[in-house]
Amino acid sequence: MINILTTHWSDFVHGFGITLLASIIALIISMILGTGFAILEVLPNKFVNLVARIYIEIFRNIPLLVVTMFFYVVVTQFIKMNGLVAGTIGLSLYTSAFIAETVRAGILSVDKGQMEGARANGLTYWQAMRIIILPQAFKIVIPPLGNQFINLVKNSSILAFVAGFDLMYQGNEIASTTFDTIDTYILVGVFYLIITLPLSYYMRYLEHKLA
Amino acid sequence: MLKSKHKWFGLITVVMFMTLILSACGNETALTKQNEYKQVKDKQEMIWGVKADTRLFGLMNIKTGKVEGFDVDMAKEITKRIAPNAKPVFVQVTSQTRIPLLKNGNIQAIIATMTGTPERAKIVDFSKPYFNAGQSLLVVKGSKIKSVKDLNHKGITVLGTVGSNSVLNIKKVAPNARVLQLQDYAQALTALKSGQGDALTTDNGILYGMSEQNPNTRVVGGTFTKEPYSVAIDKKQTELKRAINKAIDEIHHDGTYDRLVKKWFSNVPGFDWRTLLND
Repeated sequence: MINILTTHWSDFVHGFGITLLASIIALIISMILGTGFAILEVLPNKFVNLVARIYIEIFRNIPLLVVTMFFYVVVTQFIKMNGLVAGTIGLSLYTSAFIAETVRAGILSVDKGQMEGARANGLTYWQAMRIIILPQAFKIVIPPLGNQFINLVKNSSILAFVAGFDLMYQGNEIASTTFDTIDTYILVGVFYLIITLPLSYYMRYLEHKLA
Repeated sequence: MLKSKHKWFGLITVVMFMTLILSACGNETALTKQNEYKQVKDKQEMIWGVKADTRLFGLMNIKTGKVEGFDVDMAKEITKRIAPNAKPVFVQVTSQTRIPLLKNGNIQAIIATMTGTPERAKIVDFSKPYFNAGQSLLVVKGSKIKSVKDLNHKGITVLGTVGSNSVLNIKKVAPNARVLQLQDYAQALTALKSGQGDALTTDNGILYGMSEQNPNTRVVGGTFTKEPYSVAIDKKQTELKRAINKAIDEIHHDGTYDRLVKKWFSNVPGFDWRTLLND
């Protein structure tokens, strides 16, 4: 196992870097999109609710692989994009649907009186949302949000299917050239743990600190 | 404590028994080998392993339920020349199953786009080559890539499948090109058509099949490796091997080979099937 790690060190590090990069970008985009669509879902406007609902149901109910392949083979004919870009977009949209549902649950779990009180004190709807509701909502949904983040990192292995040069892609290549399949995939697993374990513990720490 | 020890004993005994039984199975099949050449003559049938999912070589025709292709026609011709009244029987195989099926006697010969590599020759015997296979390139019609020489530039992307030999070859031949490894041929072809790569590389036989199905693609540059297809038979079947080699020679000499090549490869767009005839 040490042998594989030393001979293919640069491949592993390259793959690790790509996985980390794709995960961070997808996390930021999906957080923004997810929060946005969560707010659209609870706005007192039926049409906006419907638009958000359609977006969420589409990306929540289509497999990630299909979404990614759509960008890799169809959208690329109009806007050129490589596997890394297509994979990261697919990952962002897919995860944003789940984050939207999580955040919506958080917003709904904040007592109705909070919004009414804020409005009664002269805040506009957006001010109340931003200053009063969202901070409380996020505090509540930190544990499920952490789940989504960890899923996002693991789902980034989708990049391997569109030749995105991530950790899984490098793992497949190393396994198929060295034939040392078991050791290679154990190492790939360890590299994923290097990202997901600290993330997991950080979310736990946040939960304790804010609760 | 004592109880758990007993459990372990039980488990180990079971595992040992299973290993024993499995190894016994292996020995038994190895012992019951017979002269397959005589079998063909006596039973008046020859059992072939053929592909059923490879266009132009062995593909299941859904309407008739029969496997059709160049490999299948070759098998029919070879059978005819070994025993004139014998009936060829076709069993579907894949790259993973063909050698095990041959070794345990389910089939008598393999004709399934199989290259006679030295590693395989340790386990099975190969006849003389019957098809001039080798690695080639598939490009979209009108591409500026004409041969493998045009690939060795920065900014050129070559598509292949994960872990295939062809990908390793292309990295040696064109070290400057970027190589993308996709999951299977269908995905690689889709990626080529949507412009994710400049060329797709694998065996010429598979590429001809893709090109025939997708008229806006072309196989270019001929082959740049030599991986000819041969018929595989089990070890120690010298009589059968000799008969198959003789049959292949006859097929070449009496013009049957030209007819078969024309039948299967003359429809590949932009490809001169006659180049397959000269070795």
